[in-house]
Amino acid sequence: MNNIIEVNNLRKTYGEVVAVDEVSFNVKEGEIFGLLGPNGAGKTTTVECLQGLRQSFTGDVRVLGLNPHDEAQDIRRQIGSQLQESALPDRIKVWEALDLFASLTPNGLDWEALLEQWGLTEKRSASFSSLSGGQRQRLFIALALVNDPKIVFLDEMTQGLDPAARHVAWDLIRAIRDKGKTVVMVTHFMDEAETLCDRLAIVDHGTIIATDTPQGLINTYASKINVLFSTDQSDISYLEQITEVEKVTKHGSRVEVKGTGAVLAVVAHSLVEHGITPSDLRVEQPSLEDVFLNLTSGAPKTKVTA
Amino acid sequence: MNTLLKLSWVELKLFIREPITMIFTFALPLISLFVLSEVFGTTPQTEGGEIAFRGVAPTDYYISAYVGLVIAAVGLISLPVHLSSYKEKGVLRRFRASSISVKNLLSSQVIVTFIITLICVIILFIAAKLAYDVTMPNSPGLLILAFIPSVLCFAAIGVLLGALLPTARAAQGVGLLLFFVMFFLGGSGPPFDVMSPTLQTVGDFTPMKWAVIAMQDVWLVGFGWNWTAFGVVIGIMVGAWILAIRLFRWD
Ligand SMILES: Nc1ncnc2c1ncn2[C@@H]1O[C@H](COP(=O)(O)OP(=O)(O)O)[C@@H](O)[C@H]1O
Ligand SMILES: [Mg+2]
Repeated sequence: MNNIIEVNNLRKTYGEVVAVDEVSFNVKEGEIFGLLGPNGAGKTTTVECLQGLRQSFTGDVRVLGLNPHDEAQDIRRQIGSQLQESALPDRIKVWEALDLFASLTPNGLDWEALLEQWGLTEKRSASFSSLSGGQRQRLFIALALVNDPKIVFLDEMTQGLDPAARHVAWDLIRAIRDKGKTVVMVTHFMDEAETLCDRLAIVDHGTIIATDTPQGLINTYASKINVLFSTDQSDISYLEQITEVEKVTKHGSRVEVKGTGAVLAVVAHSLVEHGITPSDLRVEQPSLEDVFLNLTSGAPKTKVTA
Repeated sequence: MNTLLKLSWVELKLFIREPITMIFTFALPLISLFVLSEVFGTTPQTEGGEIAFRGVAPTDYYISAYVGLVIAAVGLISLPVHLSSYKEKGVLRRFRASSISVKNLLSSQVIVTFIITLICVIILFIAAKLAYDVTMPNSPGLLILAFIPSVLCFAAIGVLLGALLPTARAAQGVGLLLFFVMFFLGGSGPPFDVMSPTLQTVGDFTPMKWAVIAMQDVWLVGFGWNWTAFGVVIGIMVGAWILAIRLFRWD
């Protein structure tokens, strides 16, 4: 597939603060690409540079083959954007906003359908200031789609949405991708990145520290599987002889076995052989969260030039 | 074009939904008209033997001054507060991300300013005609010719203030201050011919004074087209637009 976005050595500073430090990545046409990282990592700055919303960055950036420095308006016409921080006039009505933004492109979508999809039908004539946080967010996503864009940028799109609305939003985003559009999403939610993204980049302190599919990242950076069970048997040292097992920890009757690969099956087999049939045997698969904790050093810091 | 029309239409509706600006642009000139007309009456006056109100009835004097007042209220208060609050809240970021151009944004502001000003002026004139039987404009064509650059001049000042001032609060403070200075010294308060020389000099530095004179001279009989006032208005207009467009920022 073609690269619809190419970013090479993007760098953006604010005075002494390096918000984005030599970042490079590509986004393929038709995928959901995620930027995952803690607050202050530089995610918003990165995507806003791509949209031509921030000036004076360095590096070679192409969005739809265009340069955000001097072809920003061409880019913006072909993309949809939900910004992390923006607003509409207080007294504008929901339908007026959709109608206005739809008029910006000749091939604007049928915004009535978007109202319906994003659960805003009843709020059609409500003013922006009267909307709840979640409703505003849904309106912004609808506005990002109303010009039938080739690429959709979503910056913390589920911020302010309740759990049910988040799942609805995820399904709708997948549906957008399935229509052939490219989605670039910024998030600090691990579960969101893991379920939604085809590929993602982990951003920390202004740099990308890993890029892969969610599963690829997990395989590389968090391959440890935890097997948990309880037993009254005091000697279980035989488990440590198993190749797949790396570490056995016992807290009273609770046992935690850390291992890789088929560790669950071999541990279970060995337990049965030694006469233990725990009824609470369960396994914890590694998640993106483990990848994240392994790769980043916790609290976000701000990078300062020397 | 479609976008500009839609944007202007939405902006016009938003203007009308905003009570504070409606009070300033519609009510204040009307209230001033009634108060000052009740005070000074409808017959020509003298002030200590000197001619006051350029020798015409105070109501005829004030009607063109109030046209200036409406123009100034929109340009100095509504427009800067509107743009600054858009900038402050992130509405401009939203507009920009959706590929609304500076040209369309500012054009829509000019269009709305024109429509609002025109409606206010017509209401004001009808009220003044009914209540005080003010004189009709002597040369309507020339009046329009003076009115248009006056509106554009204050629209430019409004955009400039909106570009320079970061918050709606700041815009309101500065806008109100400028508005009241121009209100009192620009012709719609005490007439120029009774002001002290110092106040007259300060008044000379207000764009409002020149806009009012340009319109007053063709509204009343016996003065004719005032090239000086027209030139000053055009000069300020051009300068303010150049600065406004150069200094305009989305965030
Ligand atoms: N307009 C700005 N002015 C100054 N500093 C900024 C600005 N925008 C972002 N930064 C700084 O750049 C860094 C990255 O911010 P941001 O891109 O918003 O991170 P994220 O979206 O990952 O939370 C932060 O340290 C932030 O303080
Ligand atoms: Mg952010």
